[in-house]
Amino acid sequence: MAQQDISFSDTAVRGLPSVEQNSWALWGTVLFLAVAIALPFFLRSFVVFQLTLAMIYAIAIIGLVLLTGINGQFSLGHSAFFGIGAYTAAVLMDQFGVSFYWTLPVAGVVCFVFGFLFGLPALRLEGIYLALATFALAIAMPQILKSSLFEHWTGGVQGIVLIKPDAPFGLPISSDQWLYFLTLAIGLMLAVCAMNIVNSRTGRALIAIRDNPIAARAMGIDISLYKTLAFGVSALFTGIAGALSGVAIQFVAPDSFTFNLAIGLFVGLVVGGVQSIPAALFGGLFVLFVPNIAESVSKGLAGAVYGVILILVIYMMPSGAAGLARLVADKVLMKAHRKGPR
Amino acid sequence: MTWGMHEAAATTERPVSSTRQQGCGAAGGADATSAFSRAPMLSVCDLTIRFGGIVALDKVSFAIGAGQILGLIGPNGAGKTTLFNCVSRLYTPTSGDILFNGASLLGQPAHRIAQLGVNRTFQNLALFRSMSVLDNVRVGAHARSRGDFFTDALRLGRARAEQRKIDTRAAALLADLGLESVAYRCVADLPTGTQKRVELARALAGEPKLLLLDEPAGGLNHHDVEELGRTITGIRDRHGVTVLLVEHHMNLVMSVSDTVVALDFGRKIAEGTPEEVRNDAEVIRAYLGGAAT
Ligand SMILES: Nc1ncnc2c1ncn2[C@@H]1O[C@H](COP(=O)(O)OP(=O)(O)OP(=O)(O)O)[C@@H](O)[C@H]1O
Ligand SMILES: [Mg+2]
Repeated sequence: MAQQDISFSDTAVRGLPSVEQNSWALWGTVLFLAVAIALPFFLRSFVVFQLTLAMIYAIAIIGLVLLTGINGQFSLGHSAFFGIGAYTAAVLMDQFGVSFYWTLPVAGVVCFVFGFLFGLPALRLEGIYLALATFALAIAMPQILKSSLFEHWTGGVQGIVLIKPDAPFGLPISSDQWLYFLTLAIGLMLAVCAMNIVNSRTGRALIAIRDNPIAARAMGIDISLYKTLAFGVSALFTGIAGALSGVAIQFVAPDSFTFNLAIGLFVGLVVGGVQSIPAALFGGLFVLFVPNIAESVSKGLAGAVYGVILILVIYMMPSGAAGLARLVADKVLMKAHRKGPR
Repeated sequence: MTWGMHEAAATTERPVSSTRQQGCGAAGGADATSAFSRAPMLSVCDLTIRFGGIVALDKVSFAIGAGQILGLIGPNGAGKTTLFNCVSRLYTPTSGDILFNGASLLGQPAHRIAQLGVNRTFQNLALFRSMSVLDNVRVGAHARSRGDFFTDALRLGRARAEQRKIDTRAAALLADLGLESVAYRCVADLPTGTQKRVELARALAGEPKLLLLDEPAGGLNHHDVEELGRTITGIRDRHGVTVLLVEHHMNLVMSVSDTVVALDFGRKIAEGTPEEVRNDAEVIRAYLGGAAT
């Protein structure tokens, strides 16, 4: 049953009184899919492109959910992994003629390795110190990408221009639409994987480490291993997002992957709800659209407007969109219960 | 009433005695080991740990035979919890050794201890507070199950099989400890007594051979303490789990323990049957002088 893939933290266990599983999640998923598939046929191609980008950010934010929300490690440096993913794909396509589709898993693996390696020294750092170390990574990355050392491949400050793939099999859709569907499919797949992780033995170990590292160790959880792997897996998600973004924008340049991007992803994580995988989509939409909305309100004061919107959102949804959704669902369910037979 | 525990865990094992172990027994005083008919499962040998100027444990030696319940008592600050932390490798002793089934635990990292068969509860509850009761118990089974990011992310057959194994065991434990009705509740919302039982269930989910209980009766009412006594002897009798029990509740300790060890200011001041230790002059003095219970 589809319910298994979108289960909440507890699926029913044989021998125990079963939880009342609501079919909301299932219907929500079906509705979402229907809308998501229909949208590109009704929207202008620029909006389709924007939605693609929002989904790409959402994928990157899923990486942060696993790292920060689930495992309790902070990162202000995920722009670096996003950039490494984008450049891995771009260099492979531009220099080695690798097909775009193959660059995605390669970018994921490369970022996993980088994330894992970065996670090793990060083991010694907690909370704000880890945030600082990752901040340093974010600051360094654009400069490393510009460096003359790699200029031959990366094109230095010029960056690399890429070409969007056309829809395969002669499908009668534009390349924007095709990239949208591809991103949607990859995003869903990665979201399901992430939810599987959260609801598994591995996910429980990650949460246990966040909740109580001492007790986690006493239960036999190898904290160092799980923390570094969480860093690697988080970077993997973000790296795949980076690779997709390079192609979607058809251009990679060092200054696309500055600290601003890292902060943007972090904001997306928080407004979505740090522990919710589906809410990453809300985070992605926020990251993409709210700056534009702010700019349309006032060009000169876009930054201030963005700030006000952000504060309002956090004030109204202190535990993110996921928290709000849960609150509403609880209210509705409670009403349904009162009317219901029991 | 089944615990879903492996048969192997239910049969008490006689560890092969090693020369090291005997050496340790001698260092701990001949009387420390001669009291036991069986070879010890856990031997604490001249265990010493200092924190700055404080000597929290001072050459403490004792041993527990397989299938025994050993009560560890002592006034506040005597070093009981510190000793637990040494055994679970959260602390590294300044000197001395801890042998489990004849092999030193000191070379092992903390996360290996549960795998070796030693599990524990905490004096000041250390539950995973954002999780449900069921998930806490599932985490307890971590050391007795396998898995990795990859198989779990893709829900491969292996991952699902492990999950079923974990769930079967968790369900049996929840049923046995009367936690079924709160299985899906967040632990943080439950009363202390229930949380203590969750910790016990979590520790048992690791299928321990040796169970360390740090003040399991703390915060329980009279009725619950009696029930706890039956639970502890049940854990030992039905499944052969060896128990090291730290407790201030004297009635409980004296009624369930085979042997009692008393600590005061980090030193062992008495060891013997509950009757002997209860009447020991130095134990009485320690309790009257310090914080009596
Ligand atoms: N990490 C530590 N750093 C410094 N001192 C410590 C540490 N852990 C324990 N101690 C000290 O070791 C001594 C023994 O403490 P411990 O917690 O083991 O006592 P206890 O017998 O468990 O007491 P209680 O019955 O109150 O739980 C105390 O003086 C305590 O302050
Ligand atoms: Mg204590």
